[in-house]
Amino acid sequence: MKTIFERGAAGRRAFVAPPSEVPETPLEELVPEAMRRRTPPRLPEVSEPEIVRHYVNLSKRNFDLDSGFYPLGSCTMKHNPRLHERVAALPGNAKLHPLQAPEASQGALELMWNLQKALAEIAGLPHVSLQPSAGSHGELAGLLLTRAYHEERGEHRPKVLTPDTAHGTNPATVTMAGYEVVKVGTSADGGVDLDDLRDKTGEDVACLMLTNPNTLGLFDPSIEEIAAIVHGRGATLYYDGANLNAVMGVTRPGDMGFDIVHFNLHKTFTQPHGGGGPGAGPIAVSERIEPYLMTPRVVRTEHGFDLDFDHPRSIGRIRGYQGNYGTFVRAYAYICSLGGDGLADASETAVLNANYLKARLAEVAGDHLPPAYERICGHEFCLSGAPMKRALGIATLDLAKRLLDHGYHPPTVYFPLLVEEALLFEPTETETKETLDAFVAAIAAILAEAAENPEIARTAPHTTPVRRLDEAGAARRPVVRQRKEEDV
Amino acid sequence: MSRYTAVTEADRGAMLRAIGVDSVAELFGAVPAGVRIDGPIALAEGQGEQAVYTHLRELAARNVSTEDEVSFLGAGMYDSYSPALIEMLMERSEFLTPYTPYQPEVSQGGLQVMFEYQTAISELTALPVSNASVYEMPSALAAAGYLAKLADKRPRFVVSRGVHPHARETLRTLARGYGVEVVEVGLDGGVTDRDAWFAAIDDDTAAVFLQQPNFLGVVEDIADLAEVEPITVCACDPQTLGILRPPGEAGIEIAVGEGQTLGNRLDFGGPSFGFFAATEEHLRRMPGRIAGETVDVDGARGFVLTLQTREQHIRRERATSNICTSQALNALAGIVYLAWLGRRGIVELGELLARRTDFARHALAAVDGVEPLFDQPVVREFAVRFPGADLARVEALVGACREAGVNPGYPLGRDYPEFEDGLLVALTEQRTRADIERLAEVLASAVTAGRAGPVAE
Repeated sequence: MKTIFERGAAGRRAFVAPPSEVPETPLEELVPEAMRRRTPPRLPEVSEPEIVRHYVNLSKRNFDLDSGFYPLGSCTMKHNPRLHERVAALPGNAKLHPLQAPEASQGALELMWNLQKALAEIAGLPHVSLQPSAGSHGELAGLLLTRAYHEERGEHRPKVLTPDTAHGTNPATVTMAGYEVVKVGTSADGGVDLDDLRDKTGEDVACLMLTNPNTLGLFDPSIEEIAAIVHGRGATLYYDGANLNAVMGVTRPGDMGFDIVHFNLHKTFTQPHGGGGPGAGPIAVSERIEPYLMTPRVVRTEHGFDLDFDHPRSIGRIRGYQGNYGTFVRAYAYICSLGGDGLADASETAVLNANYLKARLAEVAGDHLPPAYERICGHEFCLSGAPMKRALGIATLDLAKRLLDHGYHPPTVYFPLLVEEALLFEPTETETKETLDAFVAAIAAILAEAAENPEIARTAPHTTPVRRLDEAGAARRPVVRQRKEEDV
Repeated sequence: MSRYTAVTEADRGAMLRAIGVDSVAELFGAVPAGVRIDGPIALAEGQGEQAVYTHLRELAARNVSTEDEVSFLGAGMYDSYSPALIEMLMERSEFLTPYTPYQPEVSQGGLQVMFEYQTAISELTALPVSNASVYEMPSALAAAGYLAKLADKRPRFVVSRGVHPHARETLRTLARGYGVEVVEVGLDGGVTDRDAWFAAIDDDTAAVFLQQPNFLGVVEDIADLAEVEPITVCACDPQTLGILRPPGEAGIEIAVGEGQTLGNRLDFGGPSFGFFAATEEHLRRMPGRIAGETVDVDGARGFVLTLQTREQHIRRERATSNICTSQALNALAGIVYLAWLGRRGIVELGELLARRTDFARHALAAVDGVEPLFDQPVVREFAVRFPGADLARVEALVGACREAGVNPGYPLGRDYPEFEDGLLVALTEQRTRADIERLAEVLASAVTAGRAGPVAE
């Protein structure tokens, strides 16, 4: 499709400036020549109807959660209630300036306070900062807090442990926070290799970052022992909350011994993903980490709610203003709607749906797509496409692409890295049994078709707006902006 | 069943049979007794949609929005007008509810939006490469710092005190982690102290950071200040880039900025987006998603996420950033806004803001007891002072004006003790001449009333 820069015509416009109502002082008198722009930026010249038609047509080239099943592992693509959009758009929220006086933003501060309290309860940890903008931002905050905690004790601990199943954000964050990554292995049953953990947890280790259930969807039953090993050596234990949707109402990170946990409000708490954000990654921390928590903090005083900047041992702020408040509104509305029992039901149903989908896939595709680990799973599970590749000649990628023709978004593919031809499925609690059954039938149909003619899957998709794209070529000769004819 | 789940008793029975267990509790058998919650999550009971709406509406009603008063608050986020078509597009399911475009064949809409956005940011900044957005401006500035740290091993950053206080603090917080020292250079007459700036930058400096216009609203001579050897980073107000010399033509290597005014809401501070553009040589160290143009197997034009070997999901501990979820939907608002504003509109808007700002500065300077803090060029925001006032007195004046329905701006003393008698006043295209005259009137009454006796806080 043409880009917006290829539409329109010179002189066409949508914006009409309001009358200035003030003297038309020439710009030359207001800004010196050396600081002025000589030629206007080459933005599009299009009418309002052209803009609407262009972007509405573009939108139709997207697959989205409102249209179909989206079992993308580790992404928790659960239903996004529209009520949340309505309340976020209320002028008291949408048109509230971030530097408005606390006495004139009591509703917003109370909402943040209530959300902090709810997240603290869900985490089983007493203190919350809503500031981080996404999960990996929360991870970064967690490691900076760990650094501050150890520095105050005069301890130099240059290493952070991450399991080899960890999300890519974990090791990337470790480096950004100035630490060195040490990988911990995975045991035969899919959990942390305890011997390896014991060997690697020395006095030079600052933190273990863990996801539980892990990225294979498996709850690590040794969590108490893991916590004991890590705490025994003076390190902190960090909970990557990407998989929190598996355990609400059953256990809490704080009860498992974690010191710091981040929440993905855009996963567990229904903030729509928006095609890659916005999200939010609030963190909850234990008493010993609290002194270092970011500022400002929302506090309750006898006069109402306020922002508190006075924490001399704080690491300071990690972004502008108060965080992604719009996502707080949506997450808070969700928690109000579900309550404690509803959140527990969400996790129960997410785990039920995942185990059901796993069982049904084993029934129709067990030989070709065996589970990476034969265990009851959490909210997601990992299969290996390696036998399928050997027997039918189609790879995990081909299966994923053929699913697009059936109107499904594929699972996460080729992650976690330690499973050959991995497929990670996360159905979430908001899908019906009928949807899961239809999805199983589609997988079965693709495998049957591949047994007859693997070429169809190998060249899939066939019905999408474009077909397989040359990603290697795009990376070799990057074209990352539209070039105007006058540039060439 | 709760609000958004759909498993009936009959479903549950059939599903448990298929799994081969007798109860849902068995599915949680791996969770050891010692870490289990005894009892329900201690939260209020769930409520129906109507009740939740009412509760949230009551909370929102306790906030004073820019619809409830005439607001001259700015300091990095502004009450700009966003056209209705942006709301419509942002609420479309196809843009609102997909994940990051990992399957490009069914994500061409989102990917092309990113490509168009990158093009618009490149045009605006006169820098050849842009990513698809980061969280917001202070994070974008800090991300530029991390790029500089990867590109250049030298141990120090130099940052102008004209950079937004939140951005300076964010940079400091993050730089402490990877061990780079941040040195601040003060202001002289409202702009970066030129002599101190060049004196502070030496062989140990990896990068330098400026803001245009600076936090006090003053237009800096960034071309002069950018004539240094380390990597140059500048935070720019995108609404002024139709009239101000773009960073790419002023020797800046990395331009970042706040995208809130480009079609996004105030939202008490977020979500908005931060833009991030750079010279070609920094392309492979950029943080975050980048969309690139390519072709499919039939030769049809298409777009993909490209240069992913920079990113955390591929490169892991050697990634150029840890960012994953960013601000794609807000960047969509950004490109739609820029298309709506258009090539002429961006200039007209810039001129309108500059003229109204000039008018407002004169109008306030005419008020007895108010003086401009500086007389350098300003284009959307300016500072005044109340000679002899301290921060408490300025806060009280703000309170008195707010009583009269006008929010006059941001007390500078909160971040700049050296300007404790200062007030930062921001203009947008929504603040009319009548609003400005009303501000002058209200401020005059507040100052006069304050002289008669202490203003109640």
